[in-house]
Amino acid sequence: MSFFSHKTLETKLPLLIIAIVIAVSIGGLVLNLPIFFQESTTKPVAGLKPYTPLQLEGRDIYIREGCYNCHSQMVRPFRSENERYGHYSVAGEFVYDHPFQWGSRRTGPDLARLGGRYSDEWHRVHLRKPRDVVPDSNMPNYPWLEKAPANAGTITARMRALQIMGVPYTDAEITAAPGQLQSKTEEDALVAYMQYLGTTLKRVR
Amino acid sequence: MMSDFTSGFWSTYIVVFTVLAVIFCFLLLTIMGGGDKKSPDETTHVWDGDLTERNNPLPNWWRGLFVGLLVFTIGYLIYYPGLGSFPGIGNWSSVGQFEEEMKDLDAQTKPLYDRYLMMSVQQVAADSEAIGMAERLFLNNCAQCHGSDAKGSVGFPNLRSGAWSWGGTPEAIRESIAEGRTGLMTPLDGILSESATTQVIAYVRSFSGLEHDAAAAAAGQPLFVENCSACHGEYGRGVPEVGGPDLTDNVWVFGSSERAIRESVVNGRNMDLTEGTQAMPAHKELLSQGKVHLLTAYVWGLTNR
Repeated sequence: MSFFSHKTLETKLPLLIIAIVIAVSIGGLVLNLPIFFQESTTKPVAGLKPYTPLQLEGRDIYIREGCYNCHSQMVRPFRSENERYGHYSVAGEFVYDHPFQWGSRRTGPDLARLGGRYSDEWHRVHLRKPRDVVPDSNMPNYPWLEKAPANAGTITARMRALQIMGVPYTDAEITAAPGQLQSKTEEDALVAYMQYLGTTLKRVR
Repeated sequence: MMSDFTSGFWSTYIVVFTVLAVIFCFLLLTIMGGGDKKSPDETTHVWDGDLTERNNPLPNWWRGLFVGLLVFTIGYLIYYPGLGSFPGIGNWSSVGQFEEEMKDLDAQTKPLYDRYLMMSVQQVAADSEAIGMAERLFLNNCAQCHGSDAKGSVGFPNLRSGAWSWGGTPEAIRESIAEGRTGLMTPLDGILSESATTQVIAYVRSFSGLEHDAAAAAAGQPLFVENCSACHGEYGRGVPEVGGPDLTDNVWVFGSSERAIRESVVNGRNMDLTEGTQAMPAHKELLSQGKVHLLTAYVWGLTNR
């Protein structure tokens, strides 16, 4: 029988394992690997700035509270999405995100173009008790954010990690970061993050 | 869009793997698919003395589906982008499809918006079809803060009250929507003493006949003129040019209670806005001119119909 017969493969386990690894790798090698070598996925869009320490802290709170479970951050290139949210998302907007927060569920609305859409005050009221401004909202209340101080203790380490991942933070920015979180609350940080979301690209609806 | 690889190698890489995969599937189908159905090949290995396995070939209709899939794959890879940087003879892209959709939308809606843009705000407000559109725009873009009934809530102005901090003319309303408004009130903490603050609050509450201490209000009058009149006017009637609300009409953006007014006076309002944002966000970069025009007419029409 030939080399790749049932008998050869199914009775020589190391060979079977190698053959399986090769078979399941092809898809990833063709679909994923080349993405690391594309301009559109590795170069920031014009005007994209790394998160400030306060925005970064807000982003970590966004992740901690599991906001991504109900909110996506990816506007697809459809007319309906443009009408509701604005410019479709492009990969270059997320090169400083490690990891990105695209998400896949929209129990709540997409947040990719949230920045500048509402006032700071609206966000605060809405975070504490969403139903005060959106009567039929089913979003939970997040009243503790208003009282919890922003975590200045680990911000340096977090920014260092991002620096290693290629986010262009200068050492001076990292040293100054804890000072910028002094006397800020988690709510301040989350609002700062949300007010920056998606402000790099604009499109009139 | 696959045309932006950092090196041409990656395009070739994808083409080679994709083509090889198609060929491999075809070979697999050919080699494994044949065989005699009556007496299928033994796979020639036996476990436990008598357990064996036979290679029973697929029925022809099933193999036909796989072959069809391969033919479809080849057609797909020729028409759509898939083979490295090759854009496909159909030149399809998701962004291209989107722009096409938007062009169709424009073709449908532009004449409509152009017609409304030719009309004055007063005329649009009297046009029931236009107001129907404007109401849906309002519910989608404005109701989150101003409420679906446009009556606002604490901190978010009531658009049906007839009180306009920034002016209620069509031009002023249009500017509020398009350019946004940064309605900040500076804190007087440290400028007014505790007792002076109480006196100013009493004076402010006296404007609209709310319960107040008359003596304190009288003492508050000169303090008000000195500290508050630049934005609220000497008699508290407001200065729309700077967005200073009229304090005499008993319409309160942030509440009329002694406590709410104290908060406004001591800590100010909207003092710590995130850079680049406004209390009322600018909508000219979000909504087209036509939509802003309709919304202006809708908001103006709420109190001027």
